[in-house]
Amino acid sequence: MESILTTPDGLNFTTGEAILELSYLIAAILFVIGLKLLSHPETARKGNLWAATGMLMAIITTLLLHKDPEGNHISLTNGIVVVAAIVAAGIIGWVIAKKVKMTAMPQLVSFFNATGGAASALVAFLELPFVSGTGVVIVTLAGLTLGSISFSGSMIAYGKLDGKVGDIRAPYMKYVNILLLIALLALIVLISSGTIGSEAPQLIAAVLLGLALVYGVLFVMPIGGADMPVVISLLNSFTGIAAAMAGVIYNNQAMILGGILVGAAGTILTILMCRAMNRSLVNVIIGAFGGGGGAAGDREQGAIKEISVGDASILLAYSRKVVIVPGYGLAVAQAQHIVSELDELLTEKGVEVKYAIHPVAGRMPGHMNVLLAEADVPYDKLVEMADINPTLPNTDVVIVVGANDVVNPAAENDPSSPIYGMPIIKAHTAKNIIVMKRGMGKGYAGIENFLFFNDKTRMLFGNARDSIQKLVTEIKSH
Amino acid sequence: MDNILIFFYSNKEAIFIIALSIFLGIEVISNVPSVLHTPLMSGANAISGVIIIGGIILLGHSDLKFSADLILGLLAVLMGTLNVAGGFVVTDRMLEMFKKKQRN
Repeated sequence: MESILTTPDGLNFTTGEAILELSYLIAAILFVIGLKLLSHPETARKGNLWAATGMLMAIITTLLLHKDPEGNHISLTNGIVVVAAIVAAGIIGWVIAKKVKMTAMPQLVSFFNATGGAASALVAFLELPFVSGTGVVIVTLAGLTLGSISFSGSMIAYGKLDGKVGDIRAPYMKYVNILLLIALLALIVLISSGTIGSEAPQLIAAVLLGLALVYGVLFVMPIGGADMPVVISLLNSFTGIAAAMAGVIYNNQAMILGGILVGAAGTILTILMCRAMNRSLVNVIIGAFGGGGGAAGDREQGAIKEISVGDASILLAYSRKVVIVPGYGLAVAQAQHIVSELDELLTEKGVEVKYAIHPVAGRMPGHMNVLLAEADVPYDKLVEMADINPTLPNTDVVIVVGANDVVNPAAENDPSSPIYGMPIIKAHTAKNIIVMKRGMGKGYAGIENFLFFNDKTRMLFGNARDSIQKLVTEIKSH
Repeated sequence: MDNILIFFYSNKEAIFIIALSIFLGIEVISNVPSVLHTPLMSGANAISGVIIIGGIILLGHSDLKFSADLILGLLAVLMGTLNVAGGFVVTDRMLEMFKKKQRN
């Protein structure tokens, strides 16, 4: 089936080799088109499908056409083992992705990112003894290190978002992390320069891998939940770069392009998120949120005022404009469907209902959009922070559902607050504010919220879903 | 210095692709509405599963004798597939909901 062709300058190659490279080119193009389409609402789903098609094609052509340096194809037995592994893991991945609740989406993305990191680290680890040339050794070691950090870091992020892992903060941790980072870089330099590890490359690589895993854990451990979106995005770009490094080992252009594409996109997304919080990346990584509570806690506070369901329902039903500010509490309470019902009910009564989406509300950028989309809330009702803020002084009621730090006025007027400078949804400028909260606990950043003590604010305590359910029943009975 | 030049010259195609891909990645992502941040991150994450190709090459050409390396190679393919399959399916699930809503 395979014939040998010759280029005009005398280079021999087989049709199979040419088709394989061609398929990688097409796969790479599909990745770029896919990512491009993914960034527009109307074409996003198609984009995902195109990228997946590119991946499937690259997998199949690699299986059928790839040759090792001696010119041997992947043998039938090896092929069966590989296909069996892919089918098994493919089904598992498919089922997990289909079964998981929408609210657990951020954890899941973090988990899948961890598996990609692990795969990159393993490939680099296994290839290390066979690569030659200082440059390629450095690339391999970089892939190994980044993949390991991405794996353990993403697993910790997964655990944190799932509530299985708490925050651990200690003042000395900053120094331990810096020391570890120096140790990692030193090891890479020593190994690649051939100073150590030339007799037992895999042993010393195992040490590097272990250190990188520990670094990943310690890197994410002190970072608070409010910053988790930034961390996941950053780790996502690490995984991409690690995959690209492996691509350099195999001189595989599809892997290099796909990996770097994700690395660059992930980095940009990370920076966009940091900008949304008005913080630098270094600040997110080194200076964790809400260390002590600080001077702000001693400030004189007004009294908390509660509102009954009956009063709240009347206030809402006779408003002209209502803005809902969703936060992580909405996700926890699974309140998206009932919120949508309340929205429809009010809209029927002629109330204009909008949603104010803070870029970092929830545990992931766009987390709220995904949840509300699940509950069939139309796109055009979701308004971004910069667009909604000017309209809030004319808004009759702002309902804060399980959001906290993103509406805290301390970000604007308390320079001692750890979130000072973060852009917020200016709920306090509305005519009335209803805050739905389970109790008087602090937000994820662990700081007091002065919105709750505002004269115009009324608190509606309880599980958000139950509270809104009662509101809906009450408004229906009017 | 010679080492750097040797590395650059022998990997010049890869380095060109890396340099241009960085700009491509930045260009493709800019102007993304925040509605799509989560699906986009998830989709990008699935694409980073392209490491699966490396896993296939590795496991495909290994002699299938029982060893730690074989287990690790198998693990690499399993993990890479999880990343790819789970990543694309979960992204599709998120985006499916956007579409459903648009018909309203």
